[in-house]
Amino acid sequence: MRPRNVQEKIGFFVLKLCAGLVVLILGMILHDIVSKGWRQVNWTFLTAAPSMGMTEGGIFPAIMGTFLVTVITAVCAVPLGMGCAIYLNEYAGDNKVTRLIRMSIRNLSGVPSIVYGLFGVVLFVNLLGLGTSLLAAGMTLGLLTLPWTITASEEALKNVPQSYRDGALALGATKWKALKTNVLPYAIPGMLTGTILGLARAAGETAPILFTGAAFFLPFLPRSLSDQFMALPYHLYIMATQHHDLEKVRPIAYGTALVLIALILAMNLFAIALRYKLRKLKKE
Amino acid sequence: MARIKENMIHGLFFLNGLVVVGVLCGIFAILVFTAAPAFKEISIVEFLATVRWNPTSYYKPSYGILSMIVSSLMVTIGALTIAVPLGIGTAAYLTDVASPRVREVAKPVIEILAGIPSVVLGFLGIVLVGPIIARVFGLPNGLNAINGSVLLAVMALPTIISLSEDALNSVPRSFTEASYAVGATKWQTVVRVKIPAAISGIFASCMLGMGRAVGETMTVLMATGCAPAMPRNFLDPVRTMTASIAIELGEVPYYTTHYYALFGIGLVLFVITFLINMAADAVLNKYQVKVR
Amino acid sequence: MNREHIKIKVKDFNFFYGEEQALKNVAMDIYKNEVIGIIGPSGCGKSTFLRSLNRMNDVIPGVKYEGTVTLDGKNIFAHGIDVVDIRRKVGMVFQKSNPFPKSVFDNVAYGLRINGEKNKDVIAEKVEKSLMGAALWGEVKDRLSASAFDLSGGQQQRLCIARALAVEPEVLLMDEPASALDPTATSKIEELIQELKKNYTIVIVTHNMQQAARISDYTAFFMMGELIEYDVAGKVFTNPSKKITEEYITGRFG
Repeated sequence: MRPRNVQEKIGFFVLKLCAGLVVLILGMILHDIVSKGWRQVNWTFLTAAPSMGMTEGGIFPAIMGTFLVTVITAVCAVPLGMGCAIYLNEYAGDNKVTRLIRMSIRNLSGVPSIVYGLFGVVLFVNLLGLGTSLLAAGMTLGLLTLPWTITASEEALKNVPQSYRDGALALGATKWKALKTNVLPYAIPGMLTGTILGLARAAGETAPILFTGAAFFLPFLPRSLSDQFMALPYHLYIMATQHHDLEKVRPIAYGTALVLIALILAMNLFAIALRYKLRKLKKE
Repeated sequence: MARIKENMIHGLFFLNGLVVVGVLCGIFAILVFTAAPAFKEISIVEFLATVRWNPTSYYKPSYGILSMIVSSLMVTIGALTIAVPLGIGTAAYLTDVASPRVREVAKPVIEILAGIPSVVLGFLGIVLVGPIIARVFGLPNGLNAINGSVLLAVMALPTIISLSEDALNSVPRSFTEASYAVGATKWQTVVRVKIPAAISGIFASCMLGMGRAVGETMTVLMATGCAPAMPRNFLDPVRTMTASIAIELGEVPYYTTHYYALFGIGLVLFVITFLINMAADAVLNKYQVKVR
Repeated sequence: MNREHIKIKVKDFNFFYGEEQALKNVAMDIYKNEVIGIIGPSGCGKSTFLRSLNRMNDVIPGVKYEGTVTLDGKNIFAHGIDVVDIRRKVGMVFQKSNPFPKSVFDNVAYGLRINGEKNKDVIAEKVEKSLMGAALWGEVKDRLSASAFDLSGGQQQRLCIARALAVEPEVLLMDEPASALDPTATSKIEELIQELKKNYTIVIVTHNMQQAARISDYTAFFMMGELIEYDVAGKVFTNPSKKITEEYITGRFG
């Protein structure tokens, strides 16, 4: 073989190795969690509250807490995010304000999650007087999710062909009518896909809820929006580092990690399946 | 009537658009106002340039965050050393070597990797990566800077891979064709034409990956040992800015200098990540101008 | 006319994009040191044909060839042929100038460097020679380190020619090299082609009939994937043997 072909073979092999290593990393992560966590996960684990100083029992309050806080996150982030995306894609001209909005979105997505937590402590917990609560934590996570929701929603709007808008306008529809009847119906599934991916990330976040509402241990479920709550990621953090008998609760930590990952993967898979289905519909 | 309604709707969406500007400014303002009282008692120079952080000392509290800044930068640089070559290599593999089918499979793999919560990675830092590091380097435990770097690299990888992939894919086909036409192999074309042409996009992806690593909390909180001292090397335990806030904000009494100082750390973090993002932006903009 | 040496011989050549046949039974002899002009309406397969001569179509997925194209008697589609070797012997200039985002010098040096040339003096010398060959040296010799994008459109195209010349090919394929240029720049490229044919065999696709008549020694007329007529340029343009060729060159369609 010639030198340049040898060089190409070696080069491509190195690139392949890089990609293989990335897959291997994911494989190792999933393998470790699944192989050590699956024995822990049974019906009791999923439906009981922790007991005996959190050395036994299940994680039901944490599962429910994560579910509830994610719902609040969605309620805060989705309308705001979609509205902002609609403004940017349908109304905004190319001017300084638009550029300012876009710059803000890019920077918001780079703000560290712990800084969102600080913001939530001051604004929601103290200034608005919500206290450490489900609502304060959900709103903090909502802001964290906002830039992702906007980006995903705008992408979905961009995928609606211009002819759909023009067609409605040519029939005498006002801009909003055209949007409502002939653009949004086609964009909303795509918007949802991206939004679910964003919510899945929010569900796994710990830093923003550390000081805005997550509780170390609660044997019961939150009864109102102003109650504190247990959350899966925070529970994992506690079980991994803060418990007084770390070795003993390791299986519980693994079980919690597995449930958390499974939950997030399920949300991801749902979004990916939705996207796949949409793409297929479009091709037809 | 319809006219008025249309204008109102337009106005509402406009206000909605401004919300994000408000949130960004709001975060900045709250950080500044909450951090400001701290600097009545601490000089900014002491805060940024001294090493000793001991806010709960009875005799003389000290508020130097230099060791935290150094720790944050250290784990970040360590993470990038691992993630940048690996990420660019993977992106290049996916755009130029892999078959379309492999590419289809790779996309969800990377999305799943991006979806793994940081707290899970932190947990694996304790139970999986830590013991390996301890054995390899003969240490009592593996909770140190290198552990944090490995985990942060995993966190930064999806960002670097997917954005570098975009950058490589947007290199005009005319460039690669011109390269093939003078007898370049595929490999030569990737290394000498595609990567250089996409370098601004790749660089920006690394900057954004860096931003993620600097701002990451849970993994470094759990896996780096959290000793508040100046690290001497990568095998020392470190405590980053993010970890310090996470550890101390839960215990600190509200409205004390210590509380304000933690917001000061938050402000420093915000400014650093803001600058990183703006730099990435500037690089991308320059790139867009250049290739029309 | 120099008929004794056939540089490229195309025989029974068919080409498919997936199911669609883009070239049908093309046969053509291309003589050394001549300019072969290829004309025909859009979509007739002339660019596909050109890109087959250096296997540039390999870049597109799902293409299929039948028949042979021989370069100096060797089939370029034979098993075990390194496509990179073909492309070094058969250079190409594209319709739209496509300099790399590098300096003028580095653009021309690119082909030399990838082929393993490390000696700086040799590179500098060959870059100068190539730029001279492309009639660009005088205009750029003082700004070799400027970005290639700072050159005018016509200069960029000549830079691409210089880049192709630097690897010292034997054949030069040109795909409507002047279609995006103004008349002055076009006439410069045309003069250059006349100069280049002393050392190279040139196959040029053009949309412009006058240009084909001005510069080509032989002219090939393609339509719907078939080679309709191929002869000495003077004959094709003044006394074509096929009716349809006449209709095309007199502008009845196309």
